[in-house]
Amino acid sequence: MGTYIIRRVIQMILVLLIVTVIVFLMVRLLPGDPILMYLTASDLEEITQEQVDVIRHDLGLDRPLLVQYFDWIGNVVTGDFGTSIIHRGKVGDDIKRRLPITLHLGGLAFIISIIVGIPMGVIAAVRRGTWLDSILTSLGNLGITIPVFWLGILLIYAFGLKLDWLPVFGYTSPFKDFGLNTQQIILPVFCLAVPPIASAVRLTRSSMLEVMRQDYIRTAWSKGLREQAVIMRHALKNGLIPVVTLKGISLATIVGGSVLVETVFSIPGMGRLAVEGLFSQDYSVVQAVILVVGTFVLFINLLIDLSYGWLDPRVRYG
Amino acid sequence: MSEEAERGSELMEVQPHVNELRRFFKVFLGRPVVIFGAIIIIILLVCAAFPGWIAPHDPLKQDLKSVLLQPNNEHLLGTDALGRDLLSRIIFGARTAVMVGIVALGIAAVSGMILGLIAGYFGGITYAIIMRFIDALMAFPILLLALAIAALLGGGLVNVMIAIGIGMMSGYARVMCGQAISVRENDYVLAARSSGASNIRIMFRHVFPNCLPPMIVLMTMMIGMTILFEAGLSFLGIGIKEPTVAWGSLVNDGYKYLLIHPLLSVAPGIAIIVVVYAFNMVGDGVRDAIDPRLRGTL
Repeated sequence: MGTYIIRRVIQMILVLLIVTVIVFLMVRLLPGDPILMYLTASDLEEITQEQVDVIRHDLGLDRPLLVQYFDWIGNVVTGDFGTSIIHRGKVGDDIKRRLPITLHLGGLAFIISIIVGIPMGVIAAVRRGTWLDSILTSLGNLGITIPVFWLGILLIYAFGLKLDWLPVFGYTSPFKDFGLNTQQIILPVFCLAVPPIASAVRLTRSSMLEVMRQDYIRTAWSKGLREQAVIMRHALKNGLIPVVTLKGISLATIVGGSVLVETVFSIPGMGRLAVEGLFSQDYSVVQAVILVVGTFVLFINLLIDLSYGWLDPRVRYG
Repeated sequence: MSEEAERGSELMEVQPHVNELRRFFKVFLGRPVVIFGAIIIIILLVCAAFPGWIAPHDPLKQDLKSVLLQPNNEHLLGTDALGRDLLSRIIFGARTAVMVGIVALGIAAVSGMILGLIAGYFGGITYAIIMRFIDALMAFPILLLALAIAALLGGGLVNVMIAIGIGMMSGYARVMCGQAISVRENDYVLAARSSGASNIRIMFRHVFPNCLPPMIVLMTMMIGMTILFEAGLSFLGIGIKEPTVAWGSLVNDGYKYLLIHPLLSVAPGIAIIVVVYAFNMVGDGVRDAIDPRLRGTL
């Protein structure tokens, strides 16, 4: 297990390095001179070439790309993501303010998708061919089909505008007003959770059906174990192995979905920040969001992979 | 191999020749929901190819005397804030969905398969470099990556296709790589190498065709998802500009009039669901027909 952990950690550090290079080059490969983005259009008209060169030198943009990269990484590690070209504030402060909001919503959706999706999939597999199975399977198929932004609008229409049960916009810190916060996040968290619940149902069901065909399950039945023992002790542990991998992928799906859901519900989270950065052509913001999200997803996936090694001994020694 | 089998059956009348294609369609069309999906897809393709013939009105023609109309005989789904016929706009949106879906899928599949093939075939350091790069791509949520790429390349339908394509290629690379690793161990690859075939030739003539079945399954299963990403990006207003009509932007346009005319948002969303559902069901059908062992893994 020790070498497995070390191997996975080294691998993750390598991948993280590539992630930073991709994000760094992404903005550098932009057509046009980054200095022109820093200067506003009005500055540009009355500025001489010498002054541009001075600014370029001050910003360090005249140095070799590799030096610039290490410089940038050095700053990023300390939480300095540069200055926003729009509001001239620190991008790092934006991230610090908005990351907890997305983590709050996304984390809840992630947990709900596990505690709802996996049991639904197990039930569908155990009751294969019954009406319950048909209902759960159809729900699963529908859930991976619904566009989350449309679902959000539908829920706003039904529960916000028609029934007037829940507030439909905004986000209040749970530390300020827990009740209002809970009301505000019910609909967005539901929207975020639907696709990962659906894919968990689908995969858990097919993986459990696969496992229940195995010889050791037949052995368990034939030695007279009750259904509960066969399912819980023998089938579940093996059936859940592919589902664990899926949860790593669905984390990225949830963060991707938060771009849409935060837009629909006007929630000032990371997803919304990326969209705002995109439309105001504030590339340092887009860069910071994608880097933070990528690092976060990698880190959680490392944890998932390690738990995978714990669940499935074959992985450890493979 | 099939040639030999046919010759053999001629000579000594062994088992009757099983028609692969017939077997495929027998399993594929065995479930009603797959047939339903196939019919929807045919309707979608007809709409995408000839929207002008099917749409009752010009999707761009504004009529400020009849704005935000509720459904009536003239306008089956009503009109939007500029008096444009909603049904016609949804029909024209099919073209954007199909075009972006197919081209983005093609970009993702071709680039992902080539990278996966190279990584799996050569192994070693090539494998390590390419697959760590793919791992890095997978760390970014596809929608966010596509958004960032669209930001870099600027708007426009072509750039949206490239953005979604790059975002989705990692899945193809992974599956292709796994396939290539197992296929390259076969004796016919060794035979080709010992008869002096070049790496390129072995890769594309011998390894690639034998990796194809799961790739075809993966592609049909991902069309629906590609259309969903296109809808998401156009909902955010990325890439698709007037006068191009896309379902996602229709939902967004209608959002402002949710209280007065909810159908403006609801109807294009239903179009997305029906089409994505149809593609997913057909994808499941193709998977079961090509290789039932893939059930659950793809």
